[in-house]
Amino acid sequence: MINTQRHVELVCPAGSLPSLKAAVDNGANAVYMGFRDGTNARNFPGLNFNGGEATAAIAYARDRGVRVLLAINTYPSPGQWEKWCAAVDQAARLYVDAVILADAGLMNYAARTHPQLKLHLSVQGSATNYEAISFYTRHFDIKRVVLPRVLSLSQVRNIIRRVNTEVEVFGFGSLCVMVEGRCVLSSYVTGDSPNTCGVCSPAKAVRWEESAAGRKSRLNGVLIDVYAPQEPAGYPTLCKGRFNVDGNVYYALEEPTSLNVLDILPELLNAGVAAIKVEGRQRSPAYVAHVTRVMRSALDACERDPEHFVPKPEWLAQLDKVAEGRCHTLGAYHRPWQ
Amino acid sequence: MPYPRGLSPSVAMTQPMKLSIGPLLYLWEREAVFEFYERLCQAPVEIVYLGEVVCAKRRSLALSDWLEIGDRLAAAGKEVVLSTLALSEAESELSAMRRIADNGRFAVEANDMGAVNILSGNVPFVVGPHVNVYNADTLKLLADAGARRFVLPVELGAEVLTALQQQRPAGMETEVFGFGRLPLAFSARCFTARAHNVAKDSCDFVCADYPAGLLLHTRERKPFLVLNGVQVQSARTHNLVGQTSALRALNVDVIRLSPQPEGMDEIIATFRNVLDGCLQSQQAARELLRYAVDGACDGYWHQQPGMDWSVGA
Repeated sequence: MINTQRHVELVCPAGSLPSLKAAVDNGANAVYMGFRDGTNARNFPGLNFNGGEATAAIAYARDRGVRVLLAINTYPSPGQWEKWCAAVDQAARLYVDAVILADAGLMNYAARTHPQLKLHLSVQGSATNYEAISFYTRHFDIKRVVLPRVLSLSQVRNIIRRVNTEVEVFGFGSLCVMVEGRCVLSSYVTGDSPNTCGVCSPAKAVRWEESAAGRKSRLNGVLIDVYAPQEPAGYPTLCKGRFNVDGNVYYALEEPTSLNVLDILPELLNAGVAAIKVEGRQRSPAYVAHVTRVMRSALDACERDPEHFVPKPEWLAQLDKVAEGRCHTLGAYHRPWQ
Repeated sequence: MPYPRGLSPSVAMTQPMKLSIGPLLYLWEREAVFEFYERLCQAPVEIVYLGEVVCAKRRSLALSDWLEIGDRLAAAGKEVVLSTLALSEAESELSAMRRIADNGRFAVEANDMGAVNILSGNVPFVVGPHVNVYNADTLKLLADAGARRFVLPVELGAEVLTALQQQRPAGMETEVFGFGRLPLAFSARCFTARAHNVAKDSCDFVCADYPAGLLLHTRERKPFLVLNGVQVQSARTHNLVGQTSALRALNVDVIRLSPQPEGMDEIIATFRNVLDGCLQSQQAARELLRYAVDGACDGYWHQQPGMDWSVGA
């Protein structure tokens, strides 16, 4: 469905109340948040909201005309089913603008129990084509789908033409190389995955070791990378380590880098995306403020004059400064990346 | 609703467990593929999944070839199921999916929600391991859409399966990935092409050089993962032969063996002997270690990291 609203929504991460305020104060149109437990895909220590905090956060955003989306986007096991349903119930009581769900069973529960609650299909729902999206629009009348970061720009365009719901795409932040919702690399190594526990390469499994060869990062004992003495070390997300394939040591899956769509912003707007999402509920309020401000400026400029839009070098520099690996990529949007 | 051959709606609780051969995940030479399935006609397995699940670019076998192989297997008494791509993005991939769904002869394994949507309400289908079934409500929803069998997602183990089996919809069969390198992830990027410094669009099918995938080591030279085009697999071979009595006690209907170039006849025979009560399962687990060249694992079954292995050497 082509976006007919005038503005593309800038959706920013709110991992805490200070981050939510940073997003709201710097130009987000919507924020997304989660409860402080395994019901959301950024289940990190010290992040997210309990019921009372959520109420205060939502009020702050609402008073400033910013919409609030709540992510309940992990997959409940049978033993946890009631807890996930309770999270949906609580979201409905908080009158959030929409819940972002991944599990089809939970979506069924939400649609039946809270018909007034708007549903978004999370990127963790792993819908990469319009037939998959159609399953969710037919059964649950979802209002929006967040596309996995595996589609090229022309594929995004084609999906928007074919679906009867809004389409949200990722615009900036850490890049998942694998199709989201169907990657179990993290649980293969650590036991915990985004689907089951809301974490990837969890901090509790990380060990740093100093050695003659350099600084080693391990994930549950598996060597993810070795850094030379002066080399900056990154968090050992397991798909962003250096490995040995046929005697060559390199970033065999992906370099530490951030996704950044500023170079194709006019094309995305022209394709009819309804919203652009900034990744990073685990990042600091300063990061959220910084990225939100730059993305706001870029979006405003692009909407004013899409024909002549060129990303300003200072925007790119400012975003690279806070990007993973201090560099950026268009990821799968750009065919040669694939 | 018409039922394709083999996928019948009612399953008695006392039926013995069946063995299935999962879809071939690697790109093998065309002749090798025909030979592999010709041999399977005589093998003691009940179900064979056919078709390309990993990469849409691999077209050395057309749907008509797969149907021909399917006919031979069916004539040999096997239940044949056609599998769809796990990661479908392009319009051409959806068209291919529709042709598989409309094949008119064999049941279909849906490997994403797009395939589920196409198959919904038309023919009974199998929910493959790449569709997220983590709880009974999702399973019920898929049963209502026409699913008659589901494959447990590989990261789930005995604990979740126990609960799922207690609430399993009537007529639903359960299949568990029992042997092979684990399919862990898919990407838009081709990692085999990347290893050769070429783009996916000009890959020249380099993955055909690796009939068991391209091994990735850690910088300590420990085997870790396997690159198979756009798919990432475990280097270790997942092996549940030691858990057959637990699988039977949970009323699992089918154990899936994933094709590999070496030792498939022996792997099938070993599982068959255990199911027939001719071989002790712990002994079988040790015997199969020779076909797990980069180590064995079964951690997921025990709610542990998937790479862990519970059986002594």
